[in-house]
Amino acid sequence: MLHQFLTLFWPSTVDGLTVGAIYALVALGYTLVYGVLQLINFAHSEVFMVGTFASLFTLHALGVTSALTGLALVGVLVVCALAGMTGSAVTAVILEAVAYRPLRRRTTSRLAALITAIGASFSLQEIFALRYGRDIQTFPRVMQKTVLFHVGSGTVRSDKVLVVATALAMMVILDTFVSRTRLGRGIRATAQDPRTAVLMGVNIDRVIVATFILGGLAAGVAATLYGTFYEVTQYNIGFLIGLKAFTAAVLGGIGNLRGALLGGFSLGLIENYGASLFGAEWMNVVAFVVLVAVLLFRPTGILGEQLARARA
Amino acid sequence: MNAPGSRRGLPAGLSARWVRLRLGAAERKARLPDVQGWAADAWRRAPRWGQWLARLAVVVLAVLAPANAIGQIMAPASDWKTILFYPIGVYVLLGVGLNVVVGQAGMLDLGYVAFFAIGAYTMAVLGIDAHLNFWIILPGGIVLAAISGLILGAPTLRLRGDYLAIVTLGFGEIIQITATNVSFTGGPQGMAGIPHPPSIDHIGFLSYGVLDPRPYYYLVLALIIVVIVVARRLERSRVGRAWAAIREDEDAAELMGVPTFRFKLWAFVIGASIAGAAGVLFSAKTIAITPDDFPLLLSILVLSAVVLGGAGNLPGVVVGAFVVAWLPERFRGLANYRVLIFGLTLIVMMIFRPDGLFPARRRRSSLRAGRTAASAPVAAVNLTEAETEAP
Repeated sequence: MLHQFLTLFWPSTVDGLTVGAIYALVALGYTLVYGVLQLINFAHSEVFMVGTFASLFTLHALGVTSALTGLALVGVLVVCALAGMTGSAVTAVILEAVAYRPLRRRTTSRLAALITAIGASFSLQEIFALRYGRDIQTFPRVMQKTVLFHVGSGTVRSDKVLVVATALAMMVILDTFVSRTRLGRGIRATAQDPRTAVLMGVNIDRVIVATFILGGLAAGVAATLYGTFYEVTQYNIGFLIGLKAFTAAVLGGIGNLRGALLGGFSLGLIENYGASLFGAEWMNVVAFVVLVAVLLFRPTGILGEQLARARA
Repeated sequence: MNAPGSRRGLPAGLSARWVRLRLGAAERKARLPDVQGWAADAWRRAPRWGQWLARLAVVVLAVLAPANAIGQIMAPASDWKTILFYPIGVYVLLGVGLNVVVGQAGMLDLGYVAFFAIGAYTMAVLGIDAHLNFWIILPGGIVLAAISGLILGAPTLRLRGDYLAIVTLGFGEIIQITATNVSFTGGPQGMAGIPHPPSIDHIGFLSYGVLDPRPYYYLVLALIIVVIVVARRLERSRVGRAWAAIREDEDAAELMGVPTFRFKLWAFVIGASIAGAAGVLFSAKTIAITPDDFPLLLSILVLSAVVLGGAGNLPGVVVGAFVVAWLPERFRGLANYRVLIFGLTLIVMMIFRPDGLFPARRRRSSLRAGRTAASAPVAAVNLTEAETEAP
């Protein structure tokens, strides 16, 4: 067991960081919305799912059938990412307008919001299942997955580097946005104290829409990266990723942008180390046991829940 | 800086208070006539024997439910007697159990299916390998589920709100994965050949065979009635008042001397044991179970049932569970669209009746206070009135 762990250590590390980057990006959406509304956006997994479909259709529309190189590759990836981001962000905004805003307008419990989110999640999945079928859809291979270099016994492939680098860049952009811009200040103010924020002239509706859009953009990027890395999608693909991403957000400290990053990478690593120690079938059990253990000692996650205090 | 806990109480207020602040009292939409309020008043004014007569009528209706004529209307596309047991009966039982946790004590449990699975596997393992009788296993399954609730609850119930939600969700997944990976539960293939409850021959509704689902329906009905009576007694006891206090404001309850942790644990364990009983029953009927019978989706559906019906209000929860179980079966004719219809129904329902079809009385009273005036003292007065009205 230990021997297996040691031989698989470096490959697990590389894979853990890659999948962790995707978790982290999706976790951002949960964390932002939670920070502002104290609401688990249960339908965020579907925001991600729509993103994967958007980038898949863009690939089809561009007529990509074989791996590209050079500028063509960069161009296609950027267009795909933009499509994914648009798809996800639009879904998130529609979600907010249809499922959450009517509830916010009246006195409701957060349970009600959770149930509309679940309803929205079912509906979105079914719309895609009915429109595009329930089978797995494969992405064409966009980029050559060449081995760039080795870390110990782990091989670092070009697509893994792309995933981690893009995710990190997206994180930095979002973090800067929230901590430096005017709208970001509004988001932080609302997270801290919505009532006072309103009194201070923050347009709360605009802040909330902005939060959903930011989460959607991150999910769209994650979706495109997922598409190039795993090369599959399906109407219910968001479920597991969403579950993991939410776990990552809680692990890092929900409501905290840096927490999402830390939680995502930690969860990716924990899962893969767990899989190499106990076998792949116990991967999710290890992840959840670690989550429970962390929450016992740090009841609000590793970094605590403070979107308001996240500074650059 | 505000303490992490201090915002906890506000999320509802996030919508309530500051939106009111912003929008004023304007643009408040006309509400549906208060049928339920009228019914509740009528119920309270009715004489004792009238109440018992009404209860009896409901039970008689439930006993007559498997009739073919009713099935024709309720579920033309499926076998009505079968779906009366599962999903309908089992969902109602699970809904009543989850209501103790979510509706009464106000804890969000997304892994409730785990206890259901524990009950089901107890029945399977003890029934197949140890050849034990259903009636011996039933208490065993209940106790085992309760112990699991204790084991999960003891370390985690200090967590609040959404953290508890994710931990319970994780527990549900852990149980399902473990059932898939461990050999004594039969792995992914599950277990087959689970014995039925022992029959008493010559008595139609007590002979538990393969063909006739009605005896199982009556069994689950009996269990539902017992559980409802127990839940009702608990709700009106000191325990129930403690739960209500915890649900409304945990910090205040703690300050008032309510041992919140102990009562939360109680709610969790009671909820778990009800799910365990449901699991044993389910397993004894279906002959074969696999880990796929216990997906996260089931937890979510039961939670929707509780919230849809009106968390905290027993009759509401029963109706909610019935609707959630029955609606997809009713629209089986629309095979492909039924999940979509279900999802949209959830959204529409929550937008128009955010506190459920039949909001709990305590919650309704605070709702009414919110409608007449925004000021806190009025709300407080109304709440106390509702309290004193309660029998």
